[in-house]
Amino acid sequence: MSEEVKSKAPSEPLFSKKNRALVTDPLTDNNPVTVQVLGICSALAITVQVEQGIVMGLAVLFVLVLGNLIISLMRNLIPSRIRIIVQLVVVAALVIIVNEVLKAFLPDVSEKLSVFVGLIITNCIIMGRFEAFAMANKPWPSIMDGIGNGLGYAGLLVLVAVFRELFGSGTLLGFQIFGNSLPGEETGLYAMGYMNNNMMILPPMALIIVGIIIWVQRSRNKELIETH
Amino acid sequence: MESTFDIFIKAIFSENMIFAYFLGMCSYLAVSKTVKTAVGLGAAVIFVLVVTVPVNYLLENYMLKEGALEWLDPSLAEIDLSFLSFIMFIAVVASIVQLVEMLVEKFAPALYGALGIFLPLIAVNCSILGGALFMQDRQYSTILDATAFSLGSGIGWFIAIVAIAAIREKIRYSHVPAPLRGLGITFIITGLMGIAFMSFMGIKYGSEKPADEAPKSTSIEAPINNGMAQTTNTNTYKSL
Repeated sequence: MSEEVKSKAPSEPLFSKKNRALVTDPLTDNNPVTVQVLGICSALAITVQVEQGIVMGLAVLFVLVLGNLIISLMRNLIPSRIRIIVQLVVVAALVIIVNEVLKAFLPDVSEKLSVFVGLIITNCIIMGRFEAFAMANKPWPSIMDGIGNGLGYAGLLVLVAVFRELFGSGTLLGFQIFGNSLPGEETGLYAMGYMNNNMMILPPMALIIVGIIIWVQRSRNKELIETH
Repeated sequence: MESTFDIFIKAIFSENMIFAYFLGMCSYLAVSKTVKTAVGLGAAVIFVLVVTVPVNYLLENYMLKEGALEWLDPSLAEIDLSFLSFIMFIAVVASIVQLVEMLVEKFAPALYGALGIFLPLIAVNCSILGGALFMQDRQYSTILDATAFSLGSGIGWFIAIVAIAAIREKIRYSHVPAPLRGLGITFIITGLMGIAFMSFMGIKYGSEKPADEAPKSTSIEAPINNGMAQTTNTNTYKSL
């Protein structure tokens, strides 16, 4: 991670170019999932439906922004030997808040996400950004960095989920796009013999879709290509 | 009820941590460049899972679950501390990893040389916390079942990382399209291996009903989060 902000002059405006880049870079050329290879753990299992992707993305965004802020405020107080434990406690507390809120207001989504809400704690994006950015930067750039990386993660989740839900179940956010698929009363494309690709719902397709997204992204931006 | 052995086999194959749930993908991708390091990390994951899951099982059943504190005093029977489980589990994992690291360094320097650098990484490996959370979610009835589950998950993770490391060592000599090199091809290969592992879903476990009683359409969805796919998946598999 080389994008640490050098010590800034105090008079720098809040939305300076550097701060804006902190938000926009992770959306494309420095995407946390496809380029920094962080946070794949819990990302893929919950992308069968767009709704879950959005909820999960927002949950991570919330935890990342607040966590970055808290760690950044405490960065000079944390002894470096125990910093991992301190970071874990901060994340765990924030994730408990998210989990309780989800249980109270979105019980069915919370049921479907099951253990993956808890796994936000060990999501590498969060620990990775704490280590690489919040421990070395002031609170405001840390918030911007949290927003950028959280949105980059949420964006990728939603993109993968759109492909999987559209081609796997023929719906988007629960609305039927290609017509009614119930046997015996097909309408729209299904009446012409179209069938959903059940492969898309199964876990391995998430990996292959991300692989293809990486392929497209790296063909467009040659700088990202690895040399083995 | 599932037998302990069924839980063990299921955790290795049909509910493999990597191929069915994508847990521990970060270290799986980062440390799978050579077989030697992959074996080291895989062994460390088995070790830590087998130590932490039973500890978390005791914690869950004698402290956190609703009514779990009854053994202390009957008046505490109504207390439900399960909202604290995330923070307790991760604290247990982090401290046990630290403890194991110190013990191994003191008593088995050779093992420390092999596992040493991987142990601190493991505290933030999703598969360890994932093991604890699945254990809580599935409510295993005895500590033996929980241990069998953790050993099976660890071995499944080990198999996955060693296999991908071996493939990545060989793929260095192939002509992969430039934009796919490294990360991209690893994702796609993992996906293909996942498809191969799905064939293990057909294993009939002793506890399951015979085929005519349990319709095929439900068994194929097993590794996806329960119920998520029911609305979408059922009708087409019947027609196959």
